[in-house]
Amino acid sequence: MPVINVDDLTDKDKAVMEVNQLKIEVKLERWLTSKCCEEIKDYIQAGVEEDTLVKGISEEKNPFKEKGGCVIC
Amino acid sequence: MERPRFTPKMSRCLHQVAEKVEGLGQFVMKTRRTLKGHGNKVLCMDWCKDKRRIVSSSQDGKVIVWDAFTTNKEHAVTMPCTWVMACAYAPSGCAVACGGLDNKCSVYPLSLDKNENLAAKKKSVAMHTNYLSACSFTNSDMQILTSSGDGTCALWDVESGQLLQSFHGHAADVLCLDLAPSETGNTFVSGGCDKKANVWDMRSGQCIQSFETHESDINSVRYYPSGDAFASGSDDATCRLYDLRADREVAIYSKESIIFGVSSVDFSLSGRLLFGGYNDYTINVWDVLKGTRVSILFGHENRVSTLRVSPDGTAFCTGSWDHTLRIWA
Repeated sequence: MPVINVDDLTDKDKAVMEVNQLKIEVKLERWLTSKCCEEIKDYIQAGVEEDTLVKGISEEKNPFKEKGGCVIC
Repeated sequence: MERPRFTPKMSRCLHQVAEKVEGLGQFVMKTRRTLKGHGNKVLCMDWCKDKRRIVSSSQDGKVIVWDAFTTNKEHAVTMPCTWVMACAYAPSGCAVACGGLDNKCSVYPLSLDKNENLAAKKKSVAMHTNYLSACSFTNSDMQILTSSGDGTCALWDVESGQLLQSFHGHAADVLCLDLAPSETGNTFVSGGCDKKANVWDMRSGQCIQSFETHESDINSVRYYPSGDAFASGSDDATCRLYDLRADREVAIYSKESIIFGVSSVDFSLSGRLLFGGYNDYTINVWDVLKGTRVSILFGHENRVSTLRVSPDGTAFCTGSWDHTLRIWA
């Protein structure tokens, strides 16, 4: 496997790399953006109830709750 | 030949679809723990799967393993170089990987014996021709993925140090990488100084998709929890969301008042929140669906350089040039 360093590449090398990459990508099958966004929205809404950082957590259950002080009776 | 440029109106697609979604309420997130011990800028951190241990690395050449619940330091290693820009916890919790200006990625097995000299068991795994910017174990302790200032990413076998696959396509330094959630298969995303985010097939070495909408270096990339999208943070002061199946940017997270670069991004468990660590010392919390900022967090006294949400999503950790790490919940 050839190992390269970008500093050794000329502008022409980089342009050739870019064009070859675009030729590969032009064949991609793309979904409709609106459908993809709907799916993102649905995915989030399905999981948001379990998301502690969104819903918050009671102090007792919070593993990072502030350590209390000690009281000597 | 040029990539299509997307107008701001098109980039709001996700926000348009989510127009009827209820907004989020007020957020009360604060620093719960401050981890002090590094002698210089904290550059990177990673959580252990046990949700309480953390590994961090610093410009001072030290790599420290902390118990985030107690703030105790469990292990410390001094690297032979300064600027340890990358560190990662092994999935088993039994080793950490790190590297930086030494151009290498080394693995240190963590010993239960506190007196044992960790440096003696060090294993050099990756060798690049420029600095190591990021590293990540794959699904096991056996393989590591690295990115480098030499413009490449690479996959290595930990045991033999053998190069398994090389990933060429960036035209400048690669600054970050993230592995797709295991359910979605063998791909990873990388971001670089060429303003591009590339998605790679790990087996073939092929770049399968590329995104170029940022206006400056991409410092951080992070897969969205389902694996169908990823977020990026850049020196252009914006975070962006790219959908892999639509093959385009679908959201941008920015404000006119935010002018400093984003160093690090991560999602909350459900993907509803996007946390960004910024060079202006703050953390901005974004509503992924609506595109609005729901909170701004202060506390660090210098740039936030690294940010990761804990494995179970109960907290997130930030590292800063102010030498400390903070746990927020």
